[in-house]
Amino acid sequence: MSAANWTANFLNQLTAAAISVEQFSLPSASLWQIESRHWQQFATLAVGQDVRWVAGWAEHVEGRLFINACFEKQGVYVLLRTIVNAAKPELPSQATVYPAASRSERHTQDMFGVHFTGHPDHRRWTRHQAWAKHDYPLRKDFPVQGEPETVTPPDKDYQFIKAHGEGVYEIPVGPVHAGIIEPGHFRFQAVGELILNLEERLGYVHKGIEKIAEGRTPESLARLAGRVSGDTTVGHCWAACRAMEQAAGIEIPPRAALLRGILAERERVANHLGDMGAICNDVAFIFAHMQFSRLRELWLRTNAAVFGHRLLMDRIVPGGVACDLSASACTLIKQEIVQLSKELSEIITAIDLNSSLEDRIYTAGYLAPEIAAAFGTVGYVGRASGQDRDVRRDAPYLPYDHASFKVALEDQGDVASRFWVRYKEINASLKLIKQFIAQLAAGSTLTEWQAPPAGSEALSIVEGWRGETIAYVRFDADNKIARYYPRDPSILNWPALEKLVLNNIVPDFPVCNKSLNGSYSGNDL
Amino acid sequence: MNWLIAMLQTTLFVALAPLLAGWLKCCKCRLQNRKAPSLFQPYRDLIKLTHKQPVVAGQASWLFTIAPYLVFSATVLAATVVPLIAVDLPTSASADVIVMVGFFAFARFFLALAGLDIGTAFGGMGSSREMTISSLAEPAMLMAIFTLTMTASTTNLSVAINHVLNDGLMLRPSFVFALLALILVAIAETGRIPVDNPSTHLELTMIHEAMILEYSGRHLALIEWASQLKLMLYGVLIANIFFPWGIAETFTAQALGYGLLAIIGKLAVLAIFLALAETLVAKMRLFRVQEYLSFAYLLGLLGMLSHIILEASR
Repeated sequence: MSAANWTANFLNQLTAAAISVEQFSLPSASLWQIESRHWQQFATLAVGQDVRWVAGWAEHVEGRLFINACFEKQGVYVLLRTIVNAAKPELPSQATVYPAASRSERHTQDMFGVHFTGHPDHRRWTRHQAWAKHDYPLRKDFPVQGEPETVTPPDKDYQFIKAHGEGVYEIPVGPVHAGIIEPGHFRFQAVGELILNLEERLGYVHKGIEKIAEGRTPESLARLAGRVSGDTTVGHCWAACRAMEQAAGIEIPPRAALLRGILAERERVANHLGDMGAICNDVAFIFAHMQFSRLRELWLRTNAAVFGHRLLMDRIVPGGVACDLSASACTLIKQEIVQLSKELSEIITAIDLNSSLEDRIYTAGYLAPEIAAAFGTVGYVGRASGQDRDVRRDAPYLPYDHASFKVALEDQGDVASRFWVRYKEINASLKLIKQFIAQLAAGSTLTEWQAPPAGSEALSIVEGWRGETIAYVRFDADNKIARYYPRDPSILNWPALEKLVLNNIVPDFPVCNKSLNGSYSGNDL
Repeated sequence: MNWLIAMLQTTLFVALAPLLAGWLKCCKCRLQNRKAPSLFQPYRDLIKLTHKQPVVAGQASWLFTIAPYLVFSATVLAATVVPLIAVDLPTSASADVIVMVGFFAFARFFLALAGLDIGTAFGGMGSSREMTISSLAEPAMLMAIFTLTMTASTTNLSVAINHVLNDGLMLRPSFVFALLALILVAIAETGRIPVDNPSTHLELTMIHEAMILEYSGRHLALIEWASQLKLMLYGVLIANIFFPWGIAETFTAQALGYGLLAIIGKLAVLAIFLALAETLVAKMRLFRVQEYLSFAYLLGLLGMLSHIILEASR
């Protein structure tokens, strides 16, 4: 079945089910508008067609709420929308069909006061104690600075899932951890050392990204997008810029696209190097951790020398890029790739031969392919569980449409698979960087910005280092942002952690968590 | 005079323990291609901790506050039993190796209680893991030591070392088994990789560190010092029982000086081996520790059997 076919067939199916669809076209996706009462029925039909739930968010537009959900199959994205009245917003939940939609719907419930009927879990998610009961921060009438009390009351009444029985006990971990990581709370129910259940409680890094994005200029939004999650600064920045460019109908110069590709792949390599080391560190194989840290550090120093920023923040700007590569810098990068490949293969040999490490990472943290599919996991987490999905190949965008590379895939679904997928991805990224450098032709790196008409919107999907990264942007009049929603891959991957630690023992949790390495900041927004 | 030397020996034990920890750290850093901190860093850390005010949890009882002192004292008392630079000292004559194991058990008992006392999940988890491991480690350790003491027909360490010294260099299969068993037990008991990771920040993987997570200031300093002492104790035990040459048999200044140099050299070499092992292996899954310690017990048992079969009849 070709890619175009599934939407056509699915539309027929919707018509047969008496669901009326108004169709619009967006640059990277089709926009389908349905009535709110069909919201859940649509999901039921979609899940039957193996359509994946991708993202969900809402928007407050002049007394009405736009409820959006994004779906994908075979690299074709559909943006589903329904409009409800802001006075008493209510619609049937899709979370009953798609477990992945649960937290996004709870986020919408907290931020807009939308009631999703039939939602399996009506507890708050992002809502915290600084907001009064009927304050909905993302509605337009809520002030940007909020109306906080002098002292925020303690958060005491969140109802965690309880377990009862002989020898069952509860381990609360976090939000403050002993290491230098982001805050997040994990509640374990355990018998002895065996994990019966894990419940995540995130939201401690809520920064109000969506609210403070409103009214920004494109340049300012690009800077904000680069700070959704510090380690994915290129990914989010690219997604946001691409969405804005599509909304404004701007084409970026080919050289800028290639440079963006180089930046994104460099970010991927740096993060994968860090993660591979961190996985080893969590099973106390410190030698490998030190080696990977060293390689990552050298890589970041080249970033600083060539692009002017270690983590490549703010290198991507609306209309192109804010950096360029000289011929000598290209040579430097190519030499560095040769050096890195050589050193990496030495370390990998040492790791591959180490049976004590093998004993820890094989079979630990098993994520079954069915569960990975059910939760729509993306990036290396999905690919380690056989989910053959990569935006760079499935929905190619500049400069990947002219690149050849192999999508890394493993099917064991354990910590080791996620480790090896990262290694394969590093190699693929190094090849891609070389290809992009070879394709670089002289030219400008920036197109002049043109203010888009009010109400123009776009959805853009890029493959960040964690996986499919999405940005939705709608413009107001005067070149100002009306709504920005970034969907970090972590939003789909965090729920998978709750599943993959089951039947593992408590002391194996850190390495399972590290192998997934979700972003707290990207999740909490 | 003998008592004086015995006291001097114990003081040396207590004073040198952080140095051994510093040296071990230094070796590990070098093996990991890192710059090492100064050899004296553990001393600085201890001094820093004693200057800090201990923060004690609101629900902690008196047990939590006295546990560090008990743990430290018990470990120092255990150190008096083990000959460091000289044999035939009155302190080692008055107590044998079973007393030493008893002191360790005493210290562990109070540490585990203190871990439970503050009522956090980590403390309880650490105590539970520590007790699981020690219940397997102690029999293995006793089995290894009994093998040695059977050869010398005594449980007194000083006498046993003397016996080894007088017998001269000879290969005893039982000693090889016992040595291996004791090394495995020592790694488990001192919380080193692959059983426990003393430098981890991951609360959920901790064993020893989980019990002492709530300690701070001088309490933490005492506990840290006690664990450094324990590491050195095991090192000395292995070094002096199996390779006793160099230890002072007379109490002249020269012999004692040689004894000191010998033990420093032996410990330095042992630390290099430990650092190497810690660099080469990852930590094992918690449930593998049972197999590991059963293996140590088995080695101890084999040592004893080979002693009975091969050596006792002669």
